[in-house]
Amino acid sequence: MSSNPFPLAKAELLQAYRTMRTIREFEERLHVEFAKGDIPGFVHLYAGEEACATGIMMHLTDIDRIASTHRGHGHCIAKGVDVHSMMAEIYGKETGSCRGKGGSMHIADLSKGMMGANGILGAGAPLICGAGLAAKFRGDGGVGVTFFGDGASNQGTVLESMNLAAIWNLPVIFVVENNGYAESTSVDYATAVDSYVDRASGFGLPGVTVDGTDFFAVYEAAGEMIKRARQGGGPSLLECKMIRFFGHFEGDAQTYKAKGENELNRATRDCLKMFAQRITHTGVITAAEFAVIDREVASLIDDAVSTAKGAPLPTTRDLLTDVYVSY
Amino acid sequence: MLDQRIKPIVMPKWGLSMSEGKVTTWLKPVGTRLALGEEILEVETDKIAGVVEAGDAGTLRRVIGEPTGIYPVKALLGVIAADDVSDAEIDAYVASYVTPAADDASDQETGPRYEFVETSAGSIRYAKRGDGAETVVLVHGFGGDLDNWLFNIDTLAGKTRVYALDLPGHGQSTKAIGKPSLATLSEALIGFMDAVGVDSAHLVGHSMGGAVALQTALDAAERVKSLTLVSSAGLGAQINGAYIDGFVAATNRRDLKPVIEQLFDDPNLVSRQLLDNVLKYKRLDGVAEALSSLARALFANGRQANLLAQGLAGMQQPALVIWGANDRIIPSSHAPVSGKARVEVIEGAGHMVQMEKANRVNDLILAHVKGPNRST
Amino acid sequence: MARNISFKQAINEALDLEMRRDPTVIILGEDIVGGAGSPGETDAWGGVLGVTKGLNAKHGGRLLDTPLSESAYIGAAIGAAACGMRPVAELMFLDFMGVCFDQILNQAAKFKYMFGGKAKTPVVIRAMIGAGFRAAAQHSQMLTPIFTHVPGLKVVCPSNAYDAKGLLIQSIRDDDPVIFCEHKNLYALEADVPAESYAIPFGEANVVRDGKDVTIVSYGLTLHRALEAAERLAKSRVEAEVIDLRTLSPIDLDTVIESIEKTGRLVMVDEANPRCSIAADVVATVTQNAFEALKAAPQMVTAPHTPVPFSPVLEDLYIPSADGIAAAVSKITKTALAA
Repeated sequence: MSSNPFPLAKAELLQAYRTMRTIREFEERLHVEFAKGDIPGFVHLYAGEEACATGIMMHLTDIDRIASTHRGHGHCIAKGVDVHSMMAEIYGKETGSCRGKGGSMHIADLSKGMMGANGILGAGAPLICGAGLAAKFRGDGGVGVTFFGDGASNQGTVLESMNLAAIWNLPVIFVVENNGYAESTSVDYATAVDSYVDRASGFGLPGVTVDGTDFFAVYEAAGEMIKRARQGGGPSLLECKMIRFFGHFEGDAQTYKAKGENELNRATRDCLKMFAQRITHTGVITAAEFAVIDREVASLIDDAVSTAKGAPLPTTRDLLTDVYVSY
Repeated sequence: MLDQRIKPIVMPKWGLSMSEGKVTTWLKPVGTRLALGEEILEVETDKIAGVVEAGDAGTLRRVIGEPTGIYPVKALLGVIAADDVSDAEIDAYVASYVTPAADDASDQETGPRYEFVETSAGSIRYAKRGDGAETVVLVHGFGGDLDNWLFNIDTLAGKTRVYALDLPGHGQSTKAIGKPSLATLSEALIGFMDAVGVDSAHLVGHSMGGAVALQTALDAAERVKSLTLVSSAGLGAQINGAYIDGFVAATNRRDLKPVIEQLFDDPNLVSRQLLDNVLKYKRLDGVAEALSSLARALFANGRQANLLAQGLAGMQQPALVIWGANDRIIPSSHAPVSGKARVEVIEGAGHMVQMEKANRVNDLILAHVKGPNRST
Repeated sequence: MARNISFKQAINEALDLEMRRDPTVIILGEDIVGGAGSPGETDAWGGVLGVTKGLNAKHGGRLLDTPLSESAYIGAAIGAAACGMRPVAELMFLDFMGVCFDQILNQAAKFKYMFGGKAKTPVVIRAMIGAGFRAAAQHSQMLTPIFTHVPGLKVVCPSNAYDAKGLLIQSIRDDDPVIFCEHKNLYALEADVPAESYAIPFGEANVVRDGKDVTIVSYGLTLHRALEAAERLAKSRVEAEVIDLRTLSPIDLDTVIESIEKTGRLVMVDEANPRCSIAADVVATVTQNAFEALKAAPQMVTAPHTPVPFSPVLEDLYIPSADGIAAAVSKITKTALAA
């Protein structure tokens, strides 16, 4: 048995791998199913970005809150939302996590601290300030993490929230998922600063940039920020530089990318491959052990899809319910 | 003298807080020969609609108050005079009439209209009026408050010292009742009397308040000089359960109106203002719980839980029982009781007989309190 | 005996009582305490018109002055509500909705439905509305129709101090997002208000004057103009029934229809601009549901289709007047008005 040089125990490394693999399989399968025409509306896939969600969420529990983006499946899975109910929601079925009334962009599970994927970019930042405020009043050491992309980082809501979190010393982490593209517009065009850390310090927060495809880099940086927030040290900003394998949405022709860009990324910047290789290299976990997880996850996703396909649709009555608690 | 042949009809003062009223309709035209006590005009206040009766016999000579007009208390609304008084004399009277200044200058009363006192049951709101050898304490019924006595308190205060309180859970008194029961309310009443320094008094109770007064006479006889029970609970098993449940459940005017109308022989007395005041009370924090817990304890399923008729029969203190013949809440058949109690069932009145036939009820109470076998 | 307090004091009392009762109630807003970080007094303002003055001394730590960042702090209030608190956020003037509307429209209003019933957002957003203060176009709008339009929001608009206290207490206790509209021109208006706590249910209009000839419906400041009009009409022997809607969402049209079945005539008065106004909404719904009871075409008396003007002579023309209301009644009752 080799000694473990990593900051996580073997069981945790296996868990991290399982989470990332689940996200990857979920998204790859959606890519296939969407192309068949069975899935209504829009989906925005997180494949390629798994290390960011997973590296951060491993520090969080159910009392911590996250606010996600339109590209929210990865955050949901990493935060512990049930995969079957997510799939059913994406298919618009009554058994979905939102009873079919939210869809891919609005999956939420407040019991797991998941305050929703959000179709409005940047809208999660104020909400997470509220979660941080609530945690302060409760005094339970809870934190809030708000995810937004390189594009959404230019929304007024995000900038206002950074200032608000700083003046009120809120236990929140602002995570910039910088995958280089806001829909089709590159970050080089849309954002004036070269590094989001410059923005953070401009707003009075500490900030760190990491390679978002490196699970351990994300894990370590996030761990420090979350611990500091729990202890009353206030907010931080974490920029994760990463890549998304697919387009902005499924159906995106991706003509704004360079020829061969996706293929190169899959070959050289696949965070899952790099994670697995780095670990098997030390012998802490073998390829065969990882393969077991691969098979289990494949069958989980299979089952989620077939269950979702067979699940009942919402009824006419469901149209009018749950607008209010009471009216 | 000339003055005595000309009798003013003035805006009455109904209740402690009334400062003005609205003339609704004249019931009799100019020229009618009026008997004493005849109903002559309808007036509406911020608490209730009511009828003004002729205070004197004579001919209605002048109608001055206009329908929908609002006039201060004691303003001149009309003139009654003998036929032989000339119009010129009446004109002169009307021209020289001056509405007495509001309240405090002309009343012997000084001090606040309502007061609050801390008692063993919590904060109790009460009114205290008048003076006299005898002390009367007025106790309202379920869902009511001291303004249920608004047609009685000033008349009684002319001859006696009168207290009217809001029971716990009611009016502006504390809304916490503790264990809901007659015993609790009776203890609260005694606690109130302790707090205001009343050793013993003539208790006058209406509806549930009658049962409270009766319970007090049984538990603390030395505090009670006499009993007047008006449309009282405690004397029989029946009670209009639909009324109780309806009163507790109603949260808006539409639901409350048909419920409140059952209290009166003449439902026209139920003005929008009266309903609004009941709603305002029912919305206060703690009232819903107080009322439903009392209803469950005292009147569940349309049956009275406390039957005190035997106790009344065996009582030493003089007792007077008054009922409206058309009471739709507690039947007037509960009124005739064995024993020494005097019974008066008044025609043309419902459960709120002390409002609908106020003059008669006031006379009966005063006679009872000041009766020949009273010790002073 | 009346305990007369002003509309403004009634709101202060409601906030105080609920903060005492429930530790999860917090207040956020710009200058709601005042003087934050400044060298002079704290509680320097207690709100731009003093509505929250004195609360900081009683509940310090639960009143948070915010920076000029409506998106952020209104959103934070909404987020905190979704996490179990009962925040009362002040959007100083409802006219400022433009800078934070997404958080209200697409977040707070949608959570319960979008998340399949599994969310609860008990936030109250208090804001000043209305004209007559000479505050000009960007600080005088009603905008009540815009919020009423959105499913998932509740909209409350009291016309007097008694209703203001009871409806604000109800708003704080309510589990849905509530937009609580305070007409700035009513702040000084006094009424008899109990010292105790009480809650007025939503969706219950109040008949404030009985009448048999016409039903006049309004809310907020123009409710009082309707009452003035009713007094003038009484001199011409036209008796108007006047109804105060109190809450616009949920709205109580049953009471309006019950009245129309008696009078047959409706005049709806709304200080909002006419297109897609509350007046249009009420008239259309009543006409559809109670057509047979109507003896004449329902009338809408609203502000004009303009921004709110500054010059007092113009602003006074902008707000529906008692004379304008009486004229509308005169038209459909076909009575000439006494001078």
